[in-house]
Amino acid sequence: MKYTIMVNEGPYQHQSSDTALQFARAALEKGHEIFRVFFYHDGVNNGTRLAVPPKDDRMLQKEWSELAEKYGLDLVICIAAAQRRGLMDASEAKRQGLTADNIAAGFHISGLGQLIEASIESDRTLVFGD
Amino acid sequence: MAKKFMYLNRKSPYGTVYALESLEVVLIAAAFDQEVSLAFLDDGVYQIAKGQNPKAAGMKNFSPTYNALGDYGITKMYVERESLAERGLTEDDLMPIVYEDEDDDYAEKPSVQLVSRAEMAQIMAEQDVTFSF
Amino acid sequence: MAMLHIVNKSPFERNALMSCLGHALAGDAVLLIEDAVIGVVTGSRIAPELQIAMNDKSVSIYALGPDLAARGVKAERVLDGIQVVDYAGFVDLTVANEKTQSWL
Repeated sequence: MKYTIMVNEGPYQHQSSDTALQFARAALEKGHEIFRVFFYHDGVNNGTRLAVPPKDDRMLQKEWSELAEKYGLDLVICIAAAQRRGLMDASEAKRQGLTADNIAAGFHISGLGQLIEASIESDRTLVFGD
Repeated sequence: MAKKFMYLNRKSPYGTVYALESLEVVLIAAAFDQEVSLAFLDDGVYQIAKGQNPKAAGMKNFSPTYNALGDYGITKMYVERESLAERGLTEDDLMPIVYEDEDDDYAEKPSVQLVSRAEMAQIMAEQDVTFSF
Repeated sequence: MAMLHIVNKSPFERNALMSCLGHALAGDAVLLIEDAVIGVVTGSRIAPELQIAMNDKSVSIYALGPDLAARGVKAERVLDGIQVVDYAGFVDLTVANEKTQSWL
C-alpha cells in the first residue's frame, strides 16, 4: 500500500502526531510505502528544530526527523499554515524579511497542492487530527 | 481516472481554524481536475450560515468565499437535513450559494443540496478520499 | 467496498462517535483510537449504541490496544464483541478496507 498521512495537530497538545508517527512506523515495518506526510493546521509545529522537550519523554519533532532520514520520507509542511504560525525555512524567512528560521531537518515547506497530489497518487489517505 | 474527493466539515466556524483552513484546501483542490464535493454535517452546517458577522469578535468573515466556489468548478455542497433540524435551523438559514452551469446556457443553479443522514452516508461511501478537519 | 471509520475523541466529550455510527453502513469497520477508546468499557452509557451497531447494523468495532493500556482500561472491561488491535493491526485494517474516513 502507498499511504498519504495528514497530520493536523501540533506535538504534545494532541495525540495526533504520536498516533501518526506510530502508524507510520508500523506501516513501514510491514513494508508499505509512505508517499508523503503532510502537516497542516497546527501540525506544522511538528517541524520546528527549536523545541527542547524534557529528556525523559519522547521528542516528537526529533522522531519525525529521524524517521524521515531512516526511510527517506517526504515530510511536507504547508506554507500557508506555516506562515500563520511562524514556522520558517531559511528562504521563506529571507523572503519575508525575518531574522530567523526554525524548520527542522527532514521537513520542507511547500503548497497545499502537495497534499492533493499525494492523495491522487496514494492508495490510502489517513487524517490524524482533533 | 479522476478520484472523488470529499471535504468533511463538522465544526462551527470561528471557534476553531478548521472551517477556514479546510476552505483553503478546497480552493487549491479545484485546480486538480478531480471530482470535488463538500459535506456539511453536525456543527459544520454553520460554515455556510447566512449573515455571518465576526467583526465584533475581531475576526475576518471568510464566508463570501463559499460563493466563489462555483467559479472554480466546485458545485456540490451537501448539507445534512438532520444536522440542521437538530440545531433549530432550516434551509432558509443557509447562504444561497449558486453556480453557473456552462452546459445549460450558464443558468444559475443551487450548489447546496439538502440530503438526509442516510443519503449522506451513501455519498460518503462513494468517495475515494475524504479529508477531515 | 467497506469503509474504515477512525474516531479519536471520547464519546462523552464529543459527538464524533455517535455521528460516525449514524453514518456507518453494514460491513464497515469503526476503529476507536486515542481518547475514543474510553467508550468501549462495559456498562458505559453508550454501550447499548455500540451493541446496536455491532449486532443490528453489522458494523465491526475495534479499539487500539496501546491507547486502552495508556488509560488503564484492562482487556476484561472491554465490551464483548469489540476487537482490540495494535498499531500493526491498525495498518492491516487500512489495507482490508478500501476507504478510510476520520471523525475528528
